[in-house]
Amino acid sequence: MSAVSITYIFKTIFGYGFIFRAMLVGVLISVCAALLGVSLVLRRCSMIGDGLSHVGFGALAVAAALGAAQLWVALPVVIAVAFLIIRLNDNSKLSSDSAVALISSASLALGVLIVSLTGSNTNLNDFLFGSVFALSRADVNLSLVLSAAVLILFVLFYNKIFAVTFDAGFARATGTREVFYNTFVALLTAVTVVIGMRLVGAMLVASLIIFPPLTAMQVCKKFRSVVICSGVLAAIAFIAGMMISIGVRSAPVGASVVCVNAVLFLVFLAAGAIIRAGKPKTA
Amino acid sequence: MPFVYCTILLRSGQALTPARELCEKVTVLALIECKNVTLAYEKNVVLEDLSFEVNEGDYLCIIGENGSGKSTLMKALLGLKAPLRGEIVRGDGLMRNQIGYLPQQTGVQKDFPASVFEVVLSGCLNGSGWRPFYTRTQKQTALDNMAKLNITALKNACYRELSGGQQQRVLIARALCATGKLLLLDEPVTGLDPVASGELYELIDHLNRAHGITVIMITHDTAAALPRCTHILHLHKDTTFFGRREDYAQCSVCAETLDAAGNPAVPGEKEHMHHECCEHHIHF
Repeated sequence: MSAVSITYIFKTIFGYGFIFRAMLVGVLISVCAALLGVSLVLRRCSMIGDGLSHVGFGALAVAAALGAAQLWVALPVVIAVAFLIIRLNDNSKLSSDSAVALISSASLALGVLIVSLTGSNTNLNDFLFGSVFALSRADVNLSLVLSAAVLILFVLFYNKIFAVTFDAGFARATGTREVFYNTFVALLTAVTVVIGMRLVGAMLVASLIIFPPLTAMQVCKKFRSVVICSGVLAAIAFIAGMMISIGVRSAPVGASVVCVNAVLFLVFLAAGAIIRAGKPKTA
Repeated sequence: MPFVYCTILLRSGQALTPARELCEKVTVLALIECKNVTLAYEKNVVLEDLSFEVNEGDYLCIIGENGSGKSTLMKALLGLKAPLRGEIVRGDGLMRNQIGYLPQQTGVQKDFPASVFEVVLSGCLNGSGWRPFYTRTQKQTALDNMAKLNITALKNACYRELSGGQQQRVLIARALCATGKLLLLDEPVTGLDPVASGELYELIDHLNRAHGITVIMITHDTAAALPRCTHILHLHKDTTFFGRREDYAQCSVCAETLDAAGNPAVPGEKEHMHHECCEHHIHF
């Protein structure tokens, strides 16, 4: 990339208010997704993010067909499904991953059907792969408020989230309401998925949850450093992805962000392997 | 300390009173007392009319075959499961969330990125209420408990890189952060090599003797664990033994458990003898 195009990228980002706001939302939501992702990935339930994004797609399609405000339809639906998945997880004969698969593929199918019957392919494309630049001002403001709320709540409940993630049995036995915090994390994930889906698309939003934590875990050894590293990586990936999509004509934001995430993951994977190889074996 | 030991041996419906009268005057309130507790697992009764008590400073081993209700009893003691009948009474000062619990390790923990200090400190959470962050006192408690378990040097080490024995120490230190009184250990030596499990037993002995921490331990490793405890609760289909270790040793078939490598369930005739023997205790 030449120096000229870099100047062009910065001018575009800071010169247009709506692009700057979109980026702010993107960075915030990526960080939220990454933080929640640490707990979800470690508890082996990162597929919740994927499932919820498909449900969100169905909800957006219904909202578009009805002409209703998309976020206001998608949020309650996805939150409700998140609660349902958590409940299924707790007391059901149906195992949670198959439950998630059932719900997510059914809503994806429903969404595709509705969009095909009522809308245009542009709609479908926007829902599946996101459209940062098509966000309305009201959407952006709501997204900013929600993502800031998710971030603050995560920090306030950080220690509890650590405890239930590391050892649910111990947490329950010593009086930490494990189910409550699981539901709480699922709620925050639902909100994050719905907002993130508008930016990077229903197909790719799950990667915002899974990539940064896994990347961070390659080199970090403390939970806190994993969380911080994961958040920072998520922000870097989103900014870099956005810059690529502005600099390279017709590169979609969502796909660019995910590709940056994938590259970061490979780099950290290699770095982790080198660190482990270089260290003398202890005990 | 003047502990009073009551040997209460029960079968369904048998009265407690005679055994009680044999005991000396009770001077110490039981830390946990099970009164005629019946427990069910998925609607099947697994333990019926069980009574025993654990006093401060006791070291109780709970043994029995798979499916004898050990885990269900553990859940009930932790307050995670309500008894079908009867009641579990906690002595004064022991809150529901003040039981230090060492669960069996889960797969999630095997490669969990967390420092030893983070894990130990998370044991203090039950004293936090709605406070979002740990206080200085809580951090000091975590450090003190790490010192008790000789893991101070590992403070910043990564949990997943520790040996099995070290990990168990970390989890015991965490359990001690939740309580200063009572440790509930669920199969603590599973997966440890003989040296590491020997060390762990020494450590549990030390916590029990030097720090006066009451220990309740579920174990399959009867050969190593039984000689160390003060009391034994042997859960068995129809009969249950509860009493001091010395009394358990007097019983010929029960004593076999002490020597053999931890397999009390010899099928057939011997099992029958086992029943009789325990009934002998009941009528003592």
